[in-house]
Amino acid sequence: MTHAETRDDVERAEDTYEWRSTPRTSAPAPGLWAYLLAGTLFGIVLTKGEAISWFRIQEMFRFQGFHMFGIFATALPTAIVGVQLLKRRWRRTLGGDTIVVPPKHLGSGVRYAAGGTTFGLGWALTGACPGPLFALLGSGVGTMAVAIASAMLGTWTYARVRRSLPH
Amino acid sequence: MQFLQSPWPWYVAGPLIGLFAPLLLWLGNRLFGVSSNLRHLCAAIAPRGLAYLSYDWRREGGWNLAFVLGIVIGGVLAGAVFANPEPVAIAASTRATLASLGIHDLTGLVPRELFSWSSLATARGWIAIVGGGFLVGFGTAYAGGCTSGHGISGVANLEAPSFIALAGFFAGGLLGTFVLLPLVLGMR
Repeated sequence: MTHAETRDDVERAEDTYEWRSTPRTSAPAPGLWAYLLAGTLFGIVLTKGEAISWFRIQEMFRFQGFHMFGIFATALPTAIVGVQLLKRRWRRTLGGDTIVVPPKHLGSGVRYAAGGTTFGLGWALTGACPGPLFALLGSGVGTMAVAIASAMLGTWTYARVRRSLPH
Repeated sequence: MQFLQSPWPWYVAGPLIGLFAPLLLWLGNRLFGVSSNLRHLCAAIAPRGLAYLSYDWRREGGWNLAFVLGIVIGGVLAGAVFANPEPVAIAASTRATLASLGIHDLTGLVPRELFSWSSLATARGWIAIVGGGFLVGFGTAYAGGCTSGHGISGVANLEAPSFIALAGFFAGGLLGTFVLLPLVLGMR
């Protein structure tokens, strides 16, 4: 859609790209334990890879070290190849469903630029994006509980004012 | 023991991180992204009749909340039980820059000077923790994703919105690092 979008478009777009409705599965879908386990592994990789280190994020934004760039430069090709192979070649989930990745709704693009920049400011201050906030809490940085609560308040505020924001 | 404590190089961590987008897609057609959980938590705690927060969060977000609980457990294992006892091996130039900004203790995953409980009572600690957290929550909701949802998942699906968002993440990060952070760290 290229013309100015209506508010309904924004609502609809969110149904299709921020997550999907729970799919019907032809075979038993993995239970929550599988996602708990996957999350645990992800938390370990984030932490041991120092992607949750405030210092590493500073090193990255100051372009003084390769570590974080190396992580992105290897994570992205791996993710691209994996997702594209799943979509085009293997096409099925573990439960036998067709793999579908609904496209994101571009709209004017303002939300991605403005929202992304706002998040980037917070990323530089806390040294953490949402995943690392939770991993840091687990690693014993208690004040991250306050940062998470504040992030929830931020998301809630967005919910409250989103009608008046350009998307 | 030392083997379990030492940090992993980028060429080990990077490819492993990249595997989670296809893994979740394969497990159950799930889109890898952590920031949705902030929305699910808000929907669970205080939807207050807001359209954005009125949906079945258990059904849409149950798997993701389990995933994020896993991240906390992973943090306990890798960051507390088998924590790296050595200071982080960042570039000497970053060490010097941070020292000039008043950050000297490079052990652990965050500067203790800034993220301790007592720091919350100072202006700089409050802005970094409460202010930074708020910007992360507001910005990711507005952008519809974070480093994982846009930076990894969206880019892996070759989506234009995610490339825009990723550019925004970096623009904001640079602004935060070179403008905001020096101001904040200069406060008491």
